[in-house]
Amino acid sequence: MKLTGAQILLKCLEEEGVDVMFGFPGGAVIDIYDEIPKSSVEHILVRHEQGAIHAADGYARATGKVGVCLVTSGPGATNTVTGIATAYADSIPVVIFTGQVPRPLIGNDAFQEVDIVGITRPCTKHNYLVQDIEDLAGTIKQAFYLARSGRPGPVLVDLPKDVQNQITEFSYPDKVEMRSYKPTKKPHIGQIRKVVKLLKQAKKPLIYSGGGVITSGSHEELTWLGQKLSIPVTSTLMGLGAFPGDDELFLGMLGMHGTYAANMAVNNCDLLLAVGARFDDRVTGKIDTFAPNATIVHIDVDPTSIQKNVSVHVPLVADCKSALAALKKETKGTLDEYDWASDHGDWVKQVQEWSNTHPLTYKDDDKTIKPQYVVEKIYEITKGDAIIATEVGQNQMWAAQFYKYTKPNTLLTSGGLGTMGYGFPAAMGAQKAFPDKLVIDIAGDGSIQMCIQEMMTVVCNKLPVKIVILNNGYLGMVRQWQELFYEKNYCATCMDAQPDFVKLAEAYGAAGFRVTEKKDVESTLREAFAVDKPVIVDIRVEREENVYPMVPAGASLTEMLLV
Amino acid sequence: MSKHTLSVMVENEPGVLSRVAGLFSGRGFNIYSLNVGPTLEKGVSLMTIVAEGDDSIVEQIVKQLRKLVPTIKVKDLTELSSVEREMVLLKVNAEDSKRAEILRIVDIFRCKVVDVSPDEVTIEITGDQGKINALINLLTRFGIKEIARTGNVALRRSMQLDL
Ligand SMILES: Cc1ncc(C[n+]2csc(CCOP(=O)(O)OP(=O)(O)O)c2C)c(N)n1
Repeated sequence: MKLTGAQILLKCLEEEGVDVMFGFPGGAVIDIYDEIPKSSVEHILVRHEQGAIHAADGYARATGKVGVCLVTSGPGATNTVTGIATAYADSIPVVIFTGQVPRPLIGNDAFQEVDIVGITRPCTKHNYLVQDIEDLAGTIKQAFYLARSGRPGPVLVDLPKDVQNQITEFSYPDKVEMRSYKPTKKPHIGQIRKVVKLLKQAKKPLIYSGGGVITSGSHEELTWLGQKLSIPVTSTLMGLGAFPGDDELFLGMLGMHGTYAANMAVNNCDLLLAVGARFDDRVTGKIDTFAPNATIVHIDVDPTSIQKNVSVHVPLVADCKSALAALKKETKGTLDEYDWASDHGDWVKQVQEWSNTHPLTYKDDDKTIKPQYVVEKIYEITKGDAIIATEVGQNQMWAAQFYKYTKPNTLLTSGGLGTMGYGFPAAMGAQKAFPDKLVIDIAGDGSIQMCIQEMMTVVCNKLPVKIVILNNGYLGMVRQWQELFYEKNYCATCMDAQPDFVKLAEAYGAAGFRVTEKKDVESTLREAFAVDKPVIVDIRVEREENVYPMVPAGASLTEMLLV
Repeated sequence: MSKHTLSVMVENEPGVLSRVAGLFSGRGFNIYSLNVGPTLEKGVSLMTIVAEGDDSIVEQIVKQLRKLVPTIKVKDLTELSSVEREMVLLKVNAEDSKRAEILRIVDIFRCKVVDVSPDEVTIEITGDQGKINALINLLTRFGIKEIARTGNVALRRSMQLDL
């Protein structure tokens, strides 16, 4: 079958099982847009390319599939860079198609030309400039394979306009052959046995679980391991949902805004089993004092993550799912002869005591609305059965602390890059994937203004995303640092000049609610969640509330500022 | 801090050099020298990279290089027995009174004069770092006007027979 490059692209997407892509047209991709109506791939027109890439990313996080976005050359392509870096930092599989000027013009500073392959080299897993129509189908096949295999990540494919118009015989390769790319997947059995031995010896083991557990779909194995071997579990922000957040063994997040119990447990454990986590500085605090008494086992599919930040005693390069499955297999037989629960009994008791004496808490009052109270109410109303996206800042930390994630892929948040403006378009992507689910973006008044234009996209695509703004009139997280470490010099963090969010929602054709009294929080949220269209709920919260516990940057995990 | 010689085999595809170089600059690693050329195998290039850093940095460099999609193989030759060579061109002041002595040095080092003018000679030397540094030290007092270095190329030594 002879097809044009543009037709081939869409055929390839169909072959990959892509049902939706997010994009924004332009001259350099107009030929592709010309073909979209003839294909089975649905296109969602966003209002800014940053929205397209975040939506593709949110779609990927919520479904575990590869997200796809399509944008034009030059400014269209550069507008995606923040979103690409966001997906890269969190290892999210997305494939980005960018238009490019025709090959003869490349390098000549043509209209809307930019070297997007050069620009995105450091923030993609890999990228391609397709120079020859004969390479197109194979490149797309590779792009999807690379995006989802090994440590997943964004892959960009740059498509010159004249390649889109060339014609060739189409055939989609059925496998990918790359002599240079062979991600390690299966764990080394000797290392697995070593870990089992360490687990048996350990009196105070702790699992530290990260986003890799979610990406690899190994939450069941993780949950089994924690519960059957009676090992307390702490999680990174990215790992929330991998282990049931309402389980007694779950300690919540560790690190800068982690729980007292989690941070104390890290400090006291004698075995730390890190799974799909990368020892980010927001997690470790001061490196020299991190897990000082522990033998550290590190399971990760990416060898570069191992020994990067902390020195590890037992490295285990493997896909988390197969490593955890192997651990399960090796320990399953021991359940009868070996009493894990009573062996770890004192430790579990100790950890739970920390949880009980220092739970996540805040000083509630009736005069103002505490943001934590709002998040708790969201949890109560949804009973945990919602997809939560967050923006970045205090809102993100409260959403991580006061909502219990019991299932994987239910928290969409920019962990690695911390991208303000991520949450709303990501929620849009997730809502597209799950039209019947309640999808809520927990937002700050600052962050929500970064991609607010996607209100139009959700309205016209009937994606009933709920935005709950914890409106403190500040860039709250930065203000908190200014308060604590810069003598309250609130330079450039006051955001009390803001649009009327209710009218703004209405202007777009969405619904808007405002809450200024604590007594109205719950009823308004219930009402808003019941509306069958996009909603903004603007909740005026206590302006100078802080996120606690807090480990100041560079301090040890035990040096927590508490409420 | 020590120097490590890394032998990196890569797919010779567009942008591969900037991927490798960008990895170093983006992560704050230090490249001492970098040399690239084709191999016998079609589509495959060999890079010889001399990198500086302590052990943990070099371990990261090696892992990060392996992680690049077009990378086929990375070897740290520092731990293996290897042959390393660099070629250097040196333009040296050589008035009549100094010329004979310079030529004697050239002779002792078994290097070559590749260009001459009334007051300069250009010398080509190939060797390992020790030899090259020794020559540079000796010629410095005449005044080295220009220098061009290729950076190391290296190969692992073959298995030696005990003769
Ligand atoms: C794109 C971007 N710019 C700047 C920052 C730095 N930053 C981190 S948190 C924060 C404040 C966010 O304010 P807001 O969205 O109102 O949330 P709050 O902290 O008040 O909940 C800022 C400015 C960022 N993370 N991302």
